[in-house]
Amino acid sequence: MKKRIVALISVLVITGIILAFLSCLVMPKYMSGIIEGSLTEEYYDDKAPHEVIFIGDCELYENVSTVELYREYGISSYIRGNSQQLIWQSYYLLEDVLRYEKPKVVVFNVLALKYNEPKSETYNRMTLDGMKWSMTKVNAIKASMTEDENFVEYVFPFLRFHSRWQELKASDWNYLMGKEPVSINGYYLRADVRPETGFPEPKSLTDPAFGSNAMMYLDKMADLCRENGIELILVKAPITYPYWYPEWDQQVSDYAQEKGLTYINYINEMDAMGLDMTTDTYDGGEHLNVYGAEKFADHIGAYLTENYDLTDYRNVPGVAAIWAEKESLYDSILQQQLSEIAQYGELMSFGKNAIEE
Amino acid sequence: MLFVSYEFIAFTILLFVLYYLLPKKCQWPLLLIASYVFYWIANPYYLIFIGTTTISAFAAGVLMDKAQGRADLAIKAAKEDGSYTSDLKKALKAKAKSSKWKILLVSMLFNLGILAVTKYTNFVITNINKFLEDGAALKAVDLIIPMGISFYTFQTVGYLIDTYRGTVKAERNPFKLALFVSFFPQLVQGPISRYGDLSKTLYGEHKFTEKTFTYGLVRILWGYFKKVVIADRIITAVTALIGDTETYTGAYVFIAMFFYAFELYCDFTGGIDITIGIAQCLGITVTENFNLPYFSKNIKEYWNRWHITMGSWFTDYIFYPLSVDKNMLRLSKWSREHLGKFWGKRLTVYLSAFIVWLATGVWHGAAWNFIVWGLMNFAVIMISQELDPLYLRFHKKFKVKDKAGYGVFEIIRTIFLMSLIRMFDCYRDVPMTFRMVGTMFTRFRLSTFTDGSLLQLGLGSSDYIVLAAGLLIILSVSIYKYRSKKDIRDRLYDTPWIWYGAMSFLLIITLLFGAYGHGYDATQFIYNQF
Repeated sequence: MKKRIVALISVLVITGIILAFLSCLVMPKYMSGIIEGSLTEEYYDDKAPHEVIFIGDCELYENVSTVELYREYGISSYIRGNSQQLIWQSYYLLEDVLRYEKPKVVVFNVLALKYNEPKSETYNRMTLDGMKWSMTKVNAIKASMTEDENFVEYVFPFLRFHSRWQELKASDWNYLMGKEPVSINGYYLRADVRPETGFPEPKSLTDPAFGSNAMMYLDKMADLCRENGIELILVKAPITYPYWYPEWDQQVSDYAQEKGLTYINYINEMDAMGLDMTTDTYDGGEHLNVYGAEKFADHIGAYLTENYDLTDYRNVPGVAAIWAEKESLYDSILQQQLSEIAQYGELMSFGKNAIEE
Repeated sequence: MLFVSYEFIAFTILLFVLYYLLPKKCQWPLLLIASYVFYWIANPYYLIFIGTTTISAFAAGVLMDKAQGRADLAIKAAKEDGSYTSDLKKALKAKAKSSKWKILLVSMLFNLGILAVTKYTNFVITNINKFLEDGAALKAVDLIIPMGISFYTFQTVGYLIDTYRGTVKAERNPFKLALFVSFFPQLVQGPISRYGDLSKTLYGEHKFTEKTFTYGLVRILWGYFKKVVIADRIITAVTALIGDTETYTGAYVFIAMFFYAFELYCDFTGGIDITIGIAQCLGITVTENFNLPYFSKNIKEYWNRWHITMGSWFTDYIFYPLSVDKNMLRLSKWSREHLGKFWGKRLTVYLSAFIVWLATGVWHGAAWNFIVWGLMNFAVIMISQELDPLYLRFHKKFKVKDKAGYGVFEIIRTIFLMSLIRMFDCYRDVPMTFRMVGTMFTRFRLSTFTDGSLLQLGLGSSDYIVLAAGLLIILSVSIYKYRSKKDIRDRLYDTPWIWYGAMSFLLIITLLFGAYGHGYDATQFIYNQF
């Protein structure tokens, strides 16, 4: 009997190790091409304190240069953003932030208000898989799951991604035990340029009112910030497509007024910040490139510095040292992209069409 | 709750824990609760159907028992007061039999009636409408078809007939009978258990033993391996092949035929493995439903190895009673006198077999393709029986019967024939099936196998490698059983490292290579629809 028990325990341990290894192997690495899946988890590795937290979708993580904010104003910030990040995900990511630190200002991009229910499993996974386990993550998953998703597959991601054994690439082996940062404090840098050439006419809205679920999470976010003494700023990033309807703008204005919050629609300030959509966007105007993101950072940085009591971390040696590394990473990513553009005429290791190893 | 779902696995694990933690006398009541919860989750309305069947069967069983008891008491009393005669005994027994027969008839008609109405009403309406003008066409009715109704109805009818025959005593505890009817692992797709067999272990008190439990676990893992690694992977190609009958003709039909044969085998036997494995973990013995069917050398043998409990059900409860029925005997006599020796010997046997195969086809589904499928089986079995003398002469002359190569030929021939007949099930349309099978002979292109066409069916080369390796594992285990007549688990169990290693191996390859989870459509077992 003793022999059987030893064999059983040994096999259980070996099976656990094999499954853990396979799980690490088949999990998407998001190190090239679509890198957004890496953004959530990178937050936990950052050692610098953050007085400003940006929460939202691609309109923030591609449009605000965190390094520029530091360089120009000494603001230490982080963008907790992901592709099509839904408002309840933003709320739970904010709740997650509060488990580790208490920022002075939270900037939330309001475009996500247009979504009232879970949309896409792929985006859910990219946003949620990187979160550390806590009740916050459990609630975020529950709020985000589409009909054909199963909670078990979040607990054991191997069950979700096991079929990736058929599509393993060199990067799956290279980043098996650890990954390199792909963002600079949540900012996804793009140095290529593709000018805006116009957008389709906006479709008329059948129901201009934001959904009740979305508004409930905006309430929760406002309450959470108030309870923690955090200033919540609602913003609409300086991007005109997808279309931001005047009816939506009015609703957010009314809401901000009612709750005593600040709302800034930066579409109205694009000229003031000097945005030129022939040079400051990398995908025809849907997102800013690094040149546009720096302009937006300059603009919003000035506002934040003027209106909130933020520390100039350039004068805090411990933090400045951390940011020096970030600046170096920022510059090296920029340099790599510029080299690729010079060599190939386009980026080869970034974006949807990137060639993956 | 699909067998291939996280919920089902969690449900089963929870049941295992409770089953062995609670006092042993609570084990069978717990199984009853679990079975009803399982059925309730599928659809609460199903409980009305299965409850009605259980209550009616319970009442009929008790009434038959009482009728028999009354006769037995009267005989005993007659013996005591001296009025006993053999004629009196005969009369009392005949009266009891007559009462029991009426009860059986009513209860059978009632339960088979529920099955017929729920499953076949729309089939009948569709066929009647073919003879009516458009304006007069009958509307299809929206009926609930309870999950596993064919299985539990047949199981219940078997119980009633056995009670009538006196081979089993009627169950006096309605809850125990309810468990027999609804035992959840076999509710989905069988096997069709006999009360006399299942009741031996179903209501007993079971102590946890590592051997029994792990034997069950291995069987469950083996079932999931067959279902999710093979059946649910190959279904992609089968669906593509039968979904585009314009493109996929000729050699593709040949491929579809064999792919479907593998899919059905792994799907059905995998499901039964899970069922029997769960029961075994609970210390309950469920009748085997398969015995290496693809090692059969002729179709008759195949049907003794495939879906055994269904075959034996039809044999015991339809074929034999028909064969000894008074009217059949009269017909046999008449045919001997009027049609000669040849037909005199065959007519009633063929007629009984015809009815059995017709019923088998109808049982599988409310569609002509199933009926034709059943009758094709009948035709092939009868023809091969008639050709027996020819085979005998052939074997006398050529002496190849005992050669291994000929054995392999017989096995391949049987698989081919059975797969061919099963095309009616595959295409689900009789004229279409004939047309597609025809193209196998008129448009066959050998290059289909080599020009990369197989990679256009939704399966990549890695899928084919997994399928080939999986089928090789299944073949190896089957050959071991075929040659040694032993269960491979008996060989592995005594070496703990190999035993637990085998479980781990099955678990890992099933989890890694299985076609399950997000991105895959969880597929119900094929036999669940019957």
